[in-house]
Amino acid sequence: MTPRVSLAGISKRFGATAALTDVSLDLLAGEIHALVGENGAGKSTLVKILAGVHQPDAGEIRLDGEPVTIPNPPTARSMGLAVVHQEPKLFPDLSVAENVFLGEPPKGPLGSIAWGEMRRRAAGLFEDLDVHLDVGAQVRGLSMADQQLVEIAKALSVDARVLILDEPTASLSSHEVDRLFAIVRRTRERGVAILFVSHRLEEVFALCDRATVFRDGRHVVTAVTTELTTDTLVRHMVGREVVLFPKEAGTPGDEVLAVRDLSDANAFREVSFSVRAGEIVGLAGLVGAGRTEIARVLFGIEPRVTGEVRVEGLPVNFRSPSDALAAGIAYVPEDRHQDGLVLDFSITDNVTLPILARLFPRLFVRHAVEAHLASEYTERLRVRATGVDQFVQALSGGNQQKVVIAKWLATRPRILILDEPTRGVDIGSKVEVHRIMNELAASGLGILMISSDLPEVLAMSDRIIVLHEGRIAGEIPRADATEERVMFAATGQQHIAQAVAREPAAAGPVTGEANGGR
Amino acid sequence: MTTSVAAAVPSGRFRMAAIARWETLLVLLLAGLVVEGTRVSPYFLTGQNFANLVSAVMEIAIIALPMTLIVITADIDLSVESMVGMAGAILGWLMVAGLPVPIGIPVVLLIGALGGLLNGVLVTRAGIPALVVTLGTLALFRGVANIVLGPTVISVWPDWFTEFGFGTIAGSPIPYTLVVFAVLGVIFWAVTHATWIGRQVFAIGKNKDAARYSGVRVQRIRTWLFVLCGLISALAGILLAARFSSARNDNGTGMTLTVVTVVVLGGVDINGGKGTIPGVILAAFTLAVLQNVLRLAGVSGEYQGIAVGLLLIVSVTVPYLARQSRVLIDRVRDGRRPPAGSAAPGEVVS
Amino acid sequence: MAVDTLRRAQLPGVAGRALNAIGRSRELTLVAVMVVLGLLVTLGAPQFLSPSNLGQVTALAAVIAIAAVGEAIVVMTRNIDLSLESTMGLTAFLVGDILQHAYLPVPAAWLVGLGAGLALGMFNGAITTLFRIPSIVVTLGTLSIYRGLVFIIAGGKQINLVDLPSGYSNAATDTILGIPMFVLVAVVIVVVVALMLRTTRFGRQIYAVGSNAEAASILGIRSRWVVFWVFALAGLLAGIAGVMWGIYFGTIYATSGSGIVLQIVAAVVVGGVSISGGSGTVVGAALGALFLALINNALLLLVLPQEVLQAIYGAVILVAVSADALISRRQRRLAAQGARQ
Repeated sequence: MTPRVSLAGISKRFGATAALTDVSLDLLAGEIHALVGENGAGKSTLVKILAGVHQPDAGEIRLDGEPVTIPNPPTARSMGLAVVHQEPKLFPDLSVAENVFLGEPPKGPLGSIAWGEMRRRAAGLFEDLDVHLDVGAQVRGLSMADQQLVEIAKALSVDARVLILDEPTASLSSHEVDRLFAIVRRTRERGVAILFVSHRLEEVFALCDRATVFRDGRHVVTAVTTELTTDTLVRHMVGREVVLFPKEAGTPGDEVLAVRDLSDANAFREVSFSVRAGEIVGLAGLVGAGRTEIARVLFGIEPRVTGEVRVEGLPVNFRSPSDALAAGIAYVPEDRHQDGLVLDFSITDNVTLPILARLFPRLFVRHAVEAHLASEYTERLRVRATGVDQFVQALSGGNQQKVVIAKWLATRPRILILDEPTRGVDIGSKVEVHRIMNELAASGLGILMISSDLPEVLAMSDRIIVLHEGRIAGEIPRADATEERVMFAATGQQHIAQAVAREPAAAGPVTGEANGGR
Repeated sequence: MTTSVAAAVPSGRFRMAAIARWETLLVLLLAGLVVEGTRVSPYFLTGQNFANLVSAVMEIAIIALPMTLIVITADIDLSVESMVGMAGAILGWLMVAGLPVPIGIPVVLLIGALGGLLNGVLVTRAGIPALVVTLGTLALFRGVANIVLGPTVISVWPDWFTEFGFGTIAGSPIPYTLVVFAVLGVIFWAVTHATWIGRQVFAIGKNKDAARYSGVRVQRIRTWLFVLCGLISALAGILLAARFSSARNDNGTGMTLTVVTVVVLGGVDINGGKGTIPGVILAAFTLAVLQNVLRLAGVSGEYQGIAVGLLLIVSVTVPYLARQSRVLIDRVRDGRRPPAGSAAPGEVVS
Repeated sequence: MAVDTLRRAQLPGVAGRALNAIGRSRELTLVAVMVVLGLLVTLGAPQFLSPSNLGQVTALAAVIAIAAVGEAIVVMTRNIDLSLESTMGLTAFLVGDILQHAYLPVPAAWLVGLGAGLALGMFNGAITTLFRIPSIVVTLGTLSIYRGLVFIIAGGKQINLVDLPSGYSNAATDTILGIPMFVLVAVVIVVVVALMLRTTRFGRQIYAVGSNAEAASILGIRSRWVVFWVFALAGLLAGIAGVMWGIYFGTIYATSGSGIVLQIVAAVVVGGVSISGGSGTVVGAALGALFLALINNALLLLVLPQEVLQAIYGAVILVAVSADALISRRQRRLAAQGARQ
C-alpha cells in the first residue's frame, strides 16, 4: 500500500546544528504512528517541516506517492496536512465555530458568511468526535484541553488526510487524555494517517500502531508497537554510552528549604517537602504535573495560595523574584532563551544582572570589576566563547545554559532550583553541568532539580519526589529508586509504587555508571 | 561550535559601531543644517540667534531625557504636553491666589510626580498598555489645566522668573535654561550609561521576563520612570511659562509629537531595548537648528509641524530600510539565499 | 443590529454578575446609561428633550460616530490612528474651499473630499505596513503633517458660511420623519460596516489579525494587506465625517477639528472595542460617540463649566480601559482555573 506520507532522506541544519540527518519515515493511512525521541532528537523539526514552517535542505516528501513541496503553512493545510501544536494557536476573541472554520468559512448569498451553517457544521464535527462543546462560546474561556479539541476539529474541518499531534497530552489530565485517545481512534477509522509525537511511552503503547525512534536527528528504528517493550524503546532513544557523574553520597546538613502544604491557583495542591544543605532533591513527573509551577512559586514569580515556605528555618513570603533572590534562592528556568538570558547582552552583562547592586554599591559600573567576575565563572564552568564581552546570542545551547548557571552562582545562593538543566544541551556540556551540580552540593548548597530525563534524575538525586497531577505521588530515597518506581508514581499508580517501595530493592539499583541505555 | 553562528550575530564591538554610525549621521545632518543656516541668513551665527535657537527647544530637550528611558523600556508617555500645560496653569493659579512662585514651584513639581505616578500605577498594576493610559491622562491633565485656568491667561510674573526663562547668563549667549538642560543631561547620561540602573533599564527593554527573573524590580523601575517623566514635564512646564511669560490652558500643545521625534531621531528604538542619551541630545540640537533655519528662511510655525512630522516618519523608516538592505547585502555576499524559514541564531531546536 | 452573541466566561458574585452584564453587552449597558443620564438631565433642564436640541446633539454625534467607526476598525487590528482629526479637518476645509470658489458642484466637491480622506488613510496604511513602523508613531507624524497641509491650503484664511451655497448647512439638521439626515447617514454607515465585519471574510480577518496575529499568518491571512485597507477605510470614513463637519458648522478654520481625536478614541474605548484588538463592535463605538455628545450637551444645558469636558474625556478613557483590564484579567484567571478540574 502506498504510504499516505513518505519522507525520504530528509536533512535540515540550523547554522551549525544538524537537526535532522538523512531521515526517512512512512505514514500509512488509517494508522496511528508514534514518533519518539529525547529532546533534541529532531521530532519538532520534522513536524515543522510537515507543517510548512521549515523547508528541508535535502530529501523528498511524497503525499500518496506524489512528490510535493510544502512552502508554507497555508499550503500545508490545503494539502490536507493538519498539525495540532502543543500550544493551540487559536483566536481567543472569536467563537469556537469561527475558529474551526476561519480559513474556509461556509458562504451564503453574495459571498457573505453563513453563520448558521458554520455553527451547524461545527456542532456536527464535535458530535462526530463525541465531544460536548458550546460552539458559540468564546475560545478565551476554554480550558487548554478544550482548545486542543478545537484545533483537532479545525484539522478535521479541512478533511485532513494527515493529522499530526505534537505532544498533545502535555497539559491534559488523565481523563482528558482518555477523551483525546477516543477521538484519535475515531479519526483513524476515517482513514486519516496520524503522527503522534510524544515522550510519554505508556501512551505510545496504549494508542499507537507503530513507533519510530529518532535520536540525535537520525532515524533509529521503526517497528510495530506490539513488538517493542519500554526497555527496548528507551534503549533506542538513549542508545549511546551514557557517562554520568553520579552524585556522591555525603552527609546532608540542615534543612535549607522547607515547603508545607503549598498550593497555587491551579497547578498544584498541598505539596510538602524539604531540601537540606548538600542534598540534590530530584523533582520528577510527567510534563504538566506542576513541577515548574512549584519552582515559580518558590521563586516568587507566581503567588502562593496556601501553605508555607521556610528558608533556613525562617518563614518567607516572596512577592517577586527579587525577594527570593535576597533570601538566597536562585532559579535556572526551563526556557533559557525566553526567561534565562537577555540574548542582546554580553556574557558579563548577563552574569552580573542579579547582583549589580551588590557589586557596585556606589552606582557606577566598572567594567574591569565585572569582567573579572564574569571570567572567574566562565572559566570555572568552562564556557566556550570568544570572551566575556561576547553576546550570548552567539553561544551554543550548552554554553548558554552554563552562562545562566554562572549568573545564579554569582548570587551565592543557599538554594538552587534547576528546571530541566540539561534540556537541549549537548552531551559534553551535560556532563559538565552534572559535575558542577556535584561540586555545588558538596560545598553546602541545597539543590532542587526538576527533570524529565529519568537517567539524570536517578543518577543525580539523593531523594526523588514524584509529582502526579499537582500532588506528591511518592518520595523515593536514592537507594530504592528505579525507573519503574518513578514512572509508576508519575503516572498515578501510587499504590504500586508504595508496594514496590516496601520491598527491598531488587538487584541492580541504578548508580548511573556507564551502561547502555539506562 | 560558535563560529558560524557568531558570524551572523553582531558582537559587542559591532554593536558599538552601529550606534556610532547613527550618531555620525546626526552630526553630519547637524553640520549640513548649520551650513544651510549660514547660507540662508547672516543673522544665523550671532549670539542672539544661538540663544533663541537653543531656548526654543530646551523644554522639549529636557522632557526627551526621561522619555528616552521610558521608550527604552518599551513604554511611552503621551501625556507630557498636557503635564506641561497643567504645571504652568497650576503655578500661575497658585501665584494669583497668593502663593509665591518659589513655593509654588516645588508644589507643582510634586503634582507632576503624582501625575506620573498615576500613569505608572495604571501601566504596571492594572496592566493597561502605556499608550492608552497616557492617552487618557493626556486628556485628563489638559482638562485639569482647563478647569484651573479656563480662558484666563496669566501674564504677570515675577521678573526673576521671566528673566530665568528667557534670559542668558550675563554677557554670554548661554540661556539659563541651557544650564538646566546641561545639568540634567549629564545626570541622565551618567545614570543611563555608567550606572547599573541604566543597565537594568536596558534589560527591561530587551527582555522584560528575563530581567524580572533575574531579580530586576521591573514594575518598580517602570513606575519610577513615569514618575520621573511627570516630574520633569512639570519642570518643563514651569520653564515654558517662564519663557513665554504666560500661562494658558493650551501651553505645550503639540509637544508630545516633537519630544517623540527627538527621541526617535536620536536613535532610540521605538520598540524598546536600544538607544543612547548622547544621541538624543544631538537630536534635540539638530531639531533646534532645523526649526531655526526654517524660521529664518521664512517658513511659518504651522508648516514646521509638517517638517517635524516628516522628520519623525523618516527617522523611523531609515533604520528599517538600512536593516533590510544589510540583510540583502549579506545574502548577496553569501552567494546563496538562505532557505526560507531558517531558525534565528540561538533558537532552540529539538 | 449585529450584536455579538459570544458567550464569555462567567464571573461569580454580585459584582461579578454586574460585570458580566456589562461584559456581555457593552452596547446595551451604554444605552441604559444614556437613558438614565437623559432622564437626569431632563429633570434639571427640560429643554434637553426639545426636538431642536435633540436634533443638534444627535447630528453632531453622528459626525463623530462615523469617525469613531473608522477608528474602531483600526483598533480592532491592534493599531491606532491618531491622525483622523487632521483628515477630518483637511477634507472639511478642502470641500469648503472648493464650494466657496464654486470650482465644482456640490456632489463633486464631496467626492473630492472623500477621495482625499481615502488617500490620506492609504498613506497611513502604506507606511505602517510597508516599513513595519508602529502605527502610534506613524499616525502621530501624519497627525501633524496632514494638519500642516490644511494650513497650506488655508493660507491664513477661513471658510465662511455666507460664501457657501445657500442652505448648505441645513442639511445637518434637516429631518426625515423627525430624524435628522445626519443621523440617518450615520446609521446607514454603521449598519454597512457592521454587516461587513460580521458577514464578509475581510471583516472576520480584521478580528483575526487583531486577536492573534501569529495564528492569522499561519492560516494564510495577509495581515499587512488587511491592515492597509483598514487604514484606508478609516481615512475614507474620516473624510465623510469631515464633509459632514463642514456642513454642520459652515464656518471652517485651518484648526477645525483639532483635539477631537481624543473624543473619537474615547468613544471607541467606551464603546467596548478592546485596545488590544480582536473584539468590539462599531455599534458600540457609535453609541460611545453618542454618549460623549450627550455628556457635552448635559454640561451645556445644566450650565456646568465646559472646561471639565477634556478632563471628563480623559477620565472616561481611563475608567473604561481599567474596567476592561480588570474584567479580562479575572476572566483569564477563571479560565486557567477551569483547566484543572
